[in-house]
Amino acid sequence: MSARPLKFVPASEFRARAAAAVADPQLRQSFRRAMDFLIERRAAQFPDAEVLDRQRRLAEQIRQYTLARLPDLLEQLERRLVDNGIQVHWAETAEEACTVIIDIARRHSAKLIVKGKSMVSEEVELNHALAAVGIDALESDMGEYIVQLDGEKPSHIIMPAIHKTREEIARLFADKVPGAAYTESVDELIGIGRAVLREKFISARIGLSGVNFAVAETGTLCLVENEGNGRMCTTVPDVHIAITGIEKVVEKLEHVPPLFGLLTRSATGQAITTYFNMISGPRRAGELDGPREVHLVLVDNGRTQAYADAQLRATLQCIRCGACMNHCPVYTRIGGHAYGTTYPGPIGGIVSPHLLGLAATHFMPTASSLCGACSEVCPVRIPIPDLLIRLRGEAQHDALHGHQPLLGQGAARNPLLDLVWTAWAVLYTHPQLHRAFLWLATRLRWLTPPRQSGWTASRTPLKPAARTLHEHMTSRRR
Amino acid sequence: MSARERILERLRSVPVVPLPEPDLGAFQADPAAVSTRSSRTARIERFCERMNFWHGQVIRVTRRNWAASLRDLCADRGLRSLVHGQVTEFADELRAAGLPGLRVFDRPVDSWKAELFAEVDAGLTSTRGAIAETGTLIIWPDEREPRLLSLVPPIHFALLDADRIHDSLPEAMREQGWAAAMPANALLVSGPSKTADIQVTLAYGAHGPKELIVLLIVDEEEAR
Ligand code: SF4
Repeated sequence: MSARPLKFVPASEFRARAAAAVADPQLRQSFRRAMDFLIERRAAQFPDAEVLDRQRRLAEQIRQYTLARLPDLLEQLERRLVDNGIQVHWAETAEEACTVIIDIARRHSAKLIVKGKSMVSEEVELNHALAAVGIDALESDMGEYIVQLDGEKPSHIIMPAIHKTREEIARLFADKVPGAAYTESVDELIGIGRAVLREKFISARIGLSGVNFAVAETGTLCLVENEGNGRMCTTVPDVHIAITGIEKVVEKLEHVPPLFGLLTRSATGQAITTYFNMISGPRRAGELDGPREVHLVLVDNGRTQAYADAQLRATLQCIRCGACMNHCPVYTRIGGHAYGTTYPGPIGGIVSPHLLGLAATHFMPTASSLCGACSEVCPVRIPIPDLLIRLRGEAQHDALHGHQPLLGQGAARNPLLDLVWTAWAVLYTHPQLHRAFLWLATRLRWLTPPRQSGWTASRTPLKPAARTLHEHMTSRRR
Repeated sequence: MSARERILERLRSVPVVPLPEPDLGAFQADPAAVSTRSSRTARIERFCERMNFWHGQVIRVTRRNWAASLRDLCADRGLRSLVHGQVTEFADELRAAGLPGLRVFDRPVDSWKAELFAEVDAGLTSTRGAIAETGTLIIWPDEREPRLLSLVPPIHFALLDADRIHDSLPEAMREQGWAAAMPANALLVSGPSKTADIQVTLAYGAHGPKELIVLLIVDEEEAR
């Protein structure tokens, strides 16, 4: 396994952030309102459970079929893209991805990159890497623009600024956007963002975007969006760089509509987004606009680790709709920032351990009640709770026989806990020991401490009964 | 070894059971989707209704009067300039209808980016067809009709021939043979640009056009 830098997010910090989020009524309200809205809108798109079930099964089939042929399809994709005049780069790690992009930027002496929405660029911390070499990266998705202006990270993969109220955004714009007057009108606020960003689309040398589907058959990059900033970033600047995970490939163009249809309906409850932008090459001879250079950066960053395991491979089926987050009882209460990772919520719980390692993320699979709402709404039917349970285990023990160890395998192992369970196993497999233990436990019950670390924080202390069940039964029989 | 080789090698070292090709019929079994081919009238109705839902306006015109209708629309809105592509049929009819402020997108955008962004009120494009199910225009920009015509001006006028409305996206892809010849940029457009990023309140004209007006070319008797 190659060395990846661990962005350490200790569990204690997660707990502290989660507690703070739960205690913040404004944040709770913002999330509740937005999530209810998204849940309702999604439900309205799927009136017929049977049809939905059929469509989800098909989407799952398409994704699994694709993953089963992933290396072949990636090579086919590359061939077709190159035929179409698109330059393809591969990056094993986050730093490699950033280096590729910095090199392209340097070649064009770019001082500014305008960015459309791309979670992979967040994942590889591209903005930081660019800033470190003096290149500005400007987010142009309205939500991303807002959080960037406030020095924050997105709190939701589809609606980045969902934690903010209109008043907070009004204040932010008045403070940070030169010449902007204070206004709480959403139309006017959007107008301010539009005016600022249009200037930047014109002046930027390079536009960067993510990819929703990369079609191997035709060498086409598909982008899904409502705002038009994605089209701006991929059309106005001289150079377009797309960045995406290696799992985003599909074989045929005809595989796109079923996935696209479920993506938008699951994400925002829209039958379709305003724009579906299909890019199959740079500006052709005779064309009067469009980028002169198009690049695609294919990023691994831990995805091959998930791929190597038959069960964990399902993680790569994800089409990043965010529905699992919207329906998660944990996510909707603590919001995205509490997790401290690029991908929060249920999808974050199953994907982050591969990207960042279990040492940094072992708490994430535990931030779930395993209620199963996520897998019920997942358009590609990822069995998220099963994967969470699996990862909880992997964080506690060595790799099972025949399995490659995961990055950070066994990172949450606690020697004391190991000892307790070993003792437990011994007691429960030796009847005489077990009886002796019970006799002692009931007789020494007065020794049980009244404060039992995490348990008594919200529950009454555990105390053995005065007599064992065994003893009760024996005395009754007499 | 390069990153490419290492990634591919890791993927190839995993024993994966090949799966059968997905049966796309399952998707099309949705009664609301492709299986039932609807009539021309039903397709037109559905398209208009859906496009209105996305806040796109649809105006029925005929092959004879579309340019005059466009002139009146521009006059109503007080538009001073309209940019269009080098489609000669259009240019002649537009001029004949007496549209003021006509401009042709006939040189590389690089030399007049700022001007295009600042000074043009509306853009006119043709379309390659539409999708009734979702109220969606199919636009394939080319050397005559550049990409930015449908993106930069605050108002986008799109000419759509009612004969070219398909039921669904898969049907359009199939019937128009997309997979065989994708252009450098192909677009699906459903309404004007919008965002709900501020407190889930919908606002139009986020980065692209604030208004989308479809001039739907129908037969004389359908024009009412
Ligand atoms: S795991 Fe499923 S529900 Fe969650 S973002 Fe991915 S596709 Fe959507």
